[in-house]
Amino acid sequence: MISFTINGRKRAYKGPPFKRLIDVLREDFGLTGTKEGCGEGECGACTVLVDSKPVTSCLVPVCQMEGRRVETVESLGRERRLGPLQSSFLEHGGAQCGFCTPGVLMTASVLPKSAAGDPRAIRRALSGHLCRCTGYQTIVESVAKALRPKPRSRKR
Amino acid sequence: MLQIGASLKRADAPQKLSGAAKYIDDYRLPGCLHGATLRTAIAYGRITKIDFAPTFPWDECVVARAADIPGANNVLFIEADQPLLTEDLVMHPMQAILIVGHPDRARAYESLKHIKVEYEEREPVLSIADSLAKKQLLRGEDNVFKRYLIEKGDISQGFAQADRIVEGEYRVPHQEQAYIENHGIASWVEPDGTIVVHGSLQCPYYVHKAMVKVFARPPERVRVINAVTGGAFGGKEDYPSVIAGHAALLALKSGRPVKLIYDRQEDMSATTKRHPAVVRHKTGVSKDGRLLAQDIEVVMDGGAFATCSGVVLSRGTLHATGAYECPNVRVRASVVATNTPPNGAFRGFGVPQTIFAAELQMEKIAAALSLDSLELRRRNAWRVGAVTATGQKLQESVGALKCLELCARRSRYLRKRQLYARWNSRKGNPTWRGIGFALCPHGAGFTGSGEVTLASRAAVVLTKDGAVRILAASTDLGQGAITIFTQIAAQALGLPPGLIEVEVPDTALVPNSGPTVASRTTMVIGGLIERAAGQLKDALAQAGGRAPRTHAALKKAAAALCGGRPELRFEVAYEKPADITWDDSLYRGEAYGVFSYAAVAVDLEVDRLTYEVRVRRVTTAQDIGKAINPTLAKGQIMGGTLQALGYALFERAVFQGGWMRNSQFTNYIIPSFADAPPMEVLLVEEPYSRGPHGAKGLGEMPMDVPAPAVVAAVHDATGFWFNEIPVLPENICGKFREAEKTK
Amino acid sequence: MRGSPGSMTVLRPRSAAEAVILCAKHPGCLPLAGGTDLMVLWNMGELNGRRVLDLSGVAEWRAVRKTAAGLRVGALATHAELRDDAFVRREFPLLAQAAAAVGAAQIQNRGTLGGNIANASPAGDTFPALAVYEAQIRVVSAKGERVIPFSEFFAGVKKTNLAPGELVSEIELPFPPSRPRRQLFRKVGTRAAMAISKTVAAGLLWLSPDHRVRELRFALGSMAPTVRRLRAVEEFARGKRLTAEVAAQACQLMSQDVCPIDDVRSTAEYRLRVSQNLLAAFLLG
Repeated sequence: MISFTINGRKRAYKGPPFKRLIDVLREDFGLTGTKEGCGEGECGACTVLVDSKPVTSCLVPVCQMEGRRVETVESLGRERRLGPLQSSFLEHGGAQCGFCTPGVLMTASVLPKSAAGDPRAIRRALSGHLCRCTGYQTIVESVAKALRPKPRSRKR
Repeated sequence: MLQIGASLKRADAPQKLSGAAKYIDDYRLPGCLHGATLRTAIAYGRITKIDFAPTFPWDECVVARAADIPGANNVLFIEADQPLLTEDLVMHPMQAILIVGHPDRARAYESLKHIKVEYEEREPVLSIADSLAKKQLLRGEDNVFKRYLIEKGDISQGFAQADRIVEGEYRVPHQEQAYIENHGIASWVEPDGTIVVHGSLQCPYYVHKAMVKVFARPPERVRVINAVTGGAFGGKEDYPSVIAGHAALLALKSGRPVKLIYDRQEDMSATTKRHPAVVRHKTGVSKDGRLLAQDIEVVMDGGAFATCSGVVLSRGTLHATGAYECPNVRVRASVVATNTPPNGAFRGFGVPQTIFAAELQMEKIAAALSLDSLELRRRNAWRVGAVTATGQKLQESVGALKCLELCARRSRYLRKRQLYARWNSRKGNPTWRGIGFALCPHGAGFTGSGEVTLASRAAVVLTKDGAVRILAASTDLGQGAITIFTQIAAQALGLPPGLIEVEVPDTALVPNSGPTVASRTTMVIGGLIERAAGQLKDALAQAGGRAPRTHAALKKAAAALCGGRPELRFEVAYEKPADITWDDSLYRGEAYGVFSYAAVAVDLEVDRLTYEVRVRRVTTAQDIGKAINPTLAKGQIMGGTLQALGYALFERAVFQGGWMRNSQFTNYIIPSFADAPPMEVLLVEEPYSRGPHGAKGLGEMPMDVPAPAVVAAVHDATGFWFNEIPVLPENICGKFREAEKTK
Repeated sequence: MRGSPGSMTVLRPRSAAEAVILCAKHPGCLPLAGGTDLMVLWNMGELNGRRVLDLSGVAEWRAVRKTAAGLRVGALATHAELRDDAFVRREFPLLAQAAAAVGAAQIQNRGTLGGNIANASPAGDTFPALAVYEAQIRVVSAKGERVIPFSEFFAGVKKTNLAPGELVSEIELPFPPSRPRRQLFRKVGTRAAMAISKTVAAGLLWLSPDHRVRELRFALGSMAPTVRRLRAVEEFARGKRLTAEVAAQACQLMSQDVCPIDDVRSTAEYRLRVSQNLLAAFLLG
């Protein structure tokens, strides 16, 4: 049995130890937000966070997840209550077909705020993701805007 | 509140961003079998034996074979020449032989290793040259699927008058669509015998039409549903009918639901690609740069079966001259058969191929005349009143020159040519720099009488509870169709967009508004929806005295209007404008209702040590008539532009023995974040009187112009001409070595 | 996805001692570190039914340590850890740069140096750096321990000189004799990011006070079945002043130590020419 945390909840997985993390998430826990695009770790669509680090879950056997903290796109917000990063993508056209999007969001979610003004750093950090729809520019803008400090509202 | 021209947020974005959107493999199908496809290992010949190893537990599996097909063993698209399954004649590698189903996906694939197939091989035809030479006869008397001839004026006269004659031959390769979601279909049979297909597809009614034939069912006993689709670009126009046939056949045979989801290797090596082409130009020009004669020859490689090759050729042929007026034109075009997997639709659909040639030919002509190529384009570009090669007089909405001027100015094209000439002359610089330009037209909608043949229908429905639904077969593949339809209907109805929903493209629920192709979705189907919504608005206004503007008012009016009925449906059909005439046999007349236009400037540098090309900036101006949603429009333009940069600089499908060997993202290189340049997109709006709010076609055009601009820029940077793409660092290195040898 | 989880047996040692015992007990078992190579094959259905030795629990092999002699990298240290480690960046910068060039962030977070070496791809991005830093590979087995010089570690394409039952435990890099005058890491890939190399170069150069070459170390990957030090070039350059003539002659000598090929990614002609350009630019500063 393998115990680990998914999106903040303690979970127990009892199936074959060599099942891939992506399949465990999608099939055993119904978290279908994480997608498979290539099975080679090239497209990045399957990216999730393990202990806050982006990894391609299509290449991770679940037996290595004992005691780890896994986070998927479902942790960033809900359809009717998007998180700030997702809202920025909504605002700036960062998603078209949406298939690469969950993976991109996960890697973007751990970018340092210092990358806000540095599109090249954003591109470098996201370079493990392939997108065929957007041409990447709106993704970079969506991420940059999300990283920018929000103006504080003044109260009298 | 004006909906048109507003960048309304994508209606389907929240579900995609939160991971809630369900693509076909996200659906649980309890009790389903997973299908795996056994494919041919040779390019041409016959299957002589199929042996199932007795040691494998076949009783765990269900096998669907050609003999199980109740109707016709072919996948109807335009022709009925492509078998669904073959146990006899092999026409290309990776052709489907049979389907094995197993409750465990890995086991289904494993079972394929336990089937031995023996063949009688024949020498295959693997190139256009071999096909034209009739190395084998694969099709008819001459291997030609389709031919076109366009003639205008008298080219021999034109050449006689010319001061210079310039010739060129240009080649473009296969290109893989590389949508990030692989092909996938789920299928099951309802208790009443209805075959249901659910999956990643562009054209539900195309699949429907094919399944009706395969399963010999009446139309109402086949149901095709589009699932949220992760990119398509044409690659999911015809091929889904093949997988659907496979999945449904297995479902029928087994009595269980089936999932047939491809992995990347299978998807890339077995499914359709962009047609490779060879295009030859012979152009006669006056010394002051006027085109006098264009003699163009186009040959495309269709692969083993017809699929949509005739139409790709048609569109390529109709765009072969570029956006230029010439009094004497001849275009001869053909698409030939080879023993390779059939080629199919990919954004641009023949235009990227022929515009690549046309634009590079303009560069060559400019060089021959010592004229700047921008100026050469200016002198010949279509204006209102120009007559095309098919004799079509362009009456309105011709933004070619506006795009050219705007793009040239914003990109500082002429200034940069001078700057880079100086940069390149300095020995110590780490790179060579160049800037290149290109211009194109793109006809919107189906060619000629195509829209009439499609006879598209769309509807707007009002329920008695005040819900408004749009019914169309157009699928949202990421381009934003759902959002555009919502905006158009909201505008027509005078209602907030949040009150309008777009129905899932399900053949049981929506009328046949034709395929989601040909850059027709906004212009043609958007137009139908606008009309239908207008009819609803009139009906509401009549019933209530005035058109409702709030949800409460709408509910009240809906209840009144519907009376006792659950809903009211306003359905409209495509009406051809009376003055559009097209002669399909002579290929003369109005080829398209209107053309869109694009100009692009590509600014790049070549590394002097490694010959790698880095695109530094792209500037593009595109006349799309009206940007219904500027953010979505720019998104389409940027995405298509980057795909074309991939076509020009990175994407090389390595074919050996008739099939693609680098069928993975590791070795089929599409641009990454680090390869994508910043892009400046300028939207030009020359409205089309017959498009909704002036809108024309947009989706494909961005693919047409960047590749020739890249080649022109590489020439600007290095002095070397390339007549083929991709221009890889290896090719540039090769040119330098050649130049050194001749010194 | 063609891998069958139910067909696999997984061994999960908790220590180095347990790992070598299990490795000896189960010849033919597949060592697994970060999985970025093994799982690709598994996804293709090529490893069904095999026994996997999951080394991820061997905590002793994770550390990246500074010692008096240099750097000791546990076999299970990830490329990300090497990329970000302040000591590695300062003292062995070519290794840090190489680690940053492997795949992309997600691969760097999982892929390990030991796994990378044991996989023995001709295109390993870290190998030229390890070659010029003259790494020593510590391997362990149930029979004991030995050290293999990096230059003797590879036998061919995807082949190492590990004996059956041996596992890589540590990679040791001695401090270079002094700060090099010039250093280079450059990867030329199939695109600007997330690429396999067509050629990958690492170089270190020391000059004497009179500007003659005291020592040159230059290594290339993807130019032969295994990574290669350019011995003929290094020998030739010793004691010479780096003129354009010398650089040109050095480039000619390159072919004695490398044999690039045409493959799906590139051509022999391109690989050789670009490698020569990189060498010449390095020598001429």
